[in-house]
Amino acid sequence: MAEKVIAGKSIEVTDEGYLVNMEDWSREIAAELASEAGIELTGKHLEVLEYLREKQSAGETLTIRKVGKSGIVDIKGLYKLFPGGPLKISSKLAGIPKPTSCV
Amino acid sequence: MKRILILGAGTAGTMMANKLRKALDKEEWEITIVDQFKTHYYQPGFLFIPFGIYNREDVVKPKADFFPAGVRVIYSEIGRIEAEANKVHLAGGKVLHYDYLIIATGTKTFPEETPGLYGKLWYKEIFDFYTVEGAIALQKFFKGWEGGKLVMAITELPYKCPVAPIEFVFLADAFFTEKGIRDKVDITYVTPMPGAFTKPTASKMLSELLLEKNIKVVPDFYIERVDNEKKTIVSYDDVEIPFDALAVVPVNMGDKMIERSGLGDDMNFVPTNKETLQSIQHENIFILGDASNIPTSKAGSVAHFASEILFENLMNAIEGRPVLAKFDGHANCYIETGFGKGALIDFNYETEPLPGTFPLPGIGPFGLLKNTKINHYGKVMFRWIYWHILLKGKELPVESQMTMAGKKTIN
Ligand SMILES: Cc1cc2nc3c(=O)[nH]c(=O)nc-3n(C[C@H](O)[C@H](O)[C@H](O)COP(=O)(O)OP(=O)(O)OC[C@H]3O[C@@H](n4cnc5c(N)ncnc54)[C@H](O)[C@@H]3O)c2cc1C
Repeated sequence: MAEKVIAGKSIEVTDEGYLVNMEDWSREIAAELASEAGIELTGKHLEVLEYLREKQSAGETLTIRKVGKSGIVDIKGLYKLFPGGPLKISSKLAGIPKPTSCV
Repeated sequence: MKRILILGAGTAGTMMANKLRKALDKEEWEITIVDQFKTHYYQPGFLFIPFGIYNREDVVKPKADFFPAGVRVIYSEIGRIEAEANKVHLAGGKVLHYDYLIIATGTKTFPEETPGLYGKLWYKEIFDFYTVEGAIALQKFFKGWEGGKLVMAITELPYKCPVAPIEFVFLADAFFTEKGIRDKVDITYVTPMPGAFTKPTASKMLSELLLEKNIKVVPDFYIERVDNEKKTIVSYDDVEIPFDALAVVPVNMGDKMIERSGLGDDMNFVPTNKETLQSIQHENIFILGDASNIPTSKAGSVAHFASEILFENLMNAIEGRPVLAKFDGHANCYIETGFGKGALIDFNYETEPLPGTFPLPGIGPFGLLKNTKINHYGKVMFRWIYWHILLKGKELPVESQMTMAGKKTIN
């Protein structure tokens, strides 16, 4: 765990830069994390992030397929928004934990 | 008469039938269990079939051998649950009423969900080992195979027994080494996750094994389709991986019956209170095993630990008490690593797999996150335990709640 200053606030993050507390999140933080990842945040990005946060709060397991069925973007579109590892990257920008399996 | 109805007589349903019949008065409670098939499969054994370690007869027994006297058994496909009316419709039109319902219909593989997967190469050069048919087809294929690119790919999350594909590549490494053609077999592990191991401590302690065994890992690969002509798997961002033999974990979803009943999430898993194991929508419905959406592994060991909590809560409900027992997500899984060795992980909702000893602190005999011979025997013994103790709903000498005793946190 470490503290990191993001968008002018000191925030607790994991070794890989994921927010420890999802309540610390704000759109400004998302924008700054996005630019670190080389992404310019648009309304579409934010819609995905809000969706992920909502599902995470409801205790649902997040998958790429679920986002693809959300009506916000399809899976190809999701890859365009967050190239490389869409769920991994979008989770980081949404301030929720990194997706993991049991081991 | 009051009625408990159990849907699905796999690992979870069979266990519950045994536990409940022992505890409830036969004059007062009728217990019914429904399944479409008469054969019980020891699914953890499927992993060993491709390598000729087990055959079909090592993993099947009649379901009837495991039901206690005094339980009504119906072999039929389940049509749908009408939860508002406390009724279940069987495929033939028969209707069953219940006071309490236990859903234990597990998860199934749906290769047709991935375009090209269930195509002309299916069971010729593309195989699953999550069904006995797939495992046997792969055994036949491996017998005559002279080598090439072997790709083990996971299509979607969640899937049952998350360690099984890792075990598969470890066993493949050993199998082809012993066959003397390991230098001709290129093994690649493809996952939509950020790595083969994703939990910090487990990846520190076990990732080395993949390197050591010369198994390549392609992370963050989300399969869109399989190209049968080019023999490649293609990701949503148009990366292609060629294969000569493809082993896959197809998309796992709950049974279509869940969808027909309007009780599932987008993968047909039933939204379940992860502590009480009750349905979120209906108080008198409980879910055990792979059919639920609780955020822990879909595994027989989990169903076993959860069964004790479910039992307590069902008894609480029956006797008019609040459902106070809480499941912690406890899972305990052996990981075969090949050459007669294995690793073991023990974890729950909150605690990642940690090193140490199990079940006795400081003694073991099993080593957590360690690659040892004794852990392999644990896995071998698991089959005996499964048939003789687990399914019969008997107590194991292991607590249902995970314990930190014997575990070490490392940084
Ligand atoms: C390759 C492999 C390796 C594994 N290794 C391990 C391991 O090492 N350790 C471990 O703990 N677990 C392991 N598992 C997982 C374990 O086998 C499952 O988690 C466990 O069997 C789940 O039990 P269940 O009762 O929920 O589902 P199942 O045992 O699958 O039972 C579901 C039952 O419901 C019935 N059913 C479903 N729908 C209907 C319907 N509409 N009508 C009638 N009947 C229906 C089915 O016929 C089936 O009998 C492994 C699984 C696989 C595939």
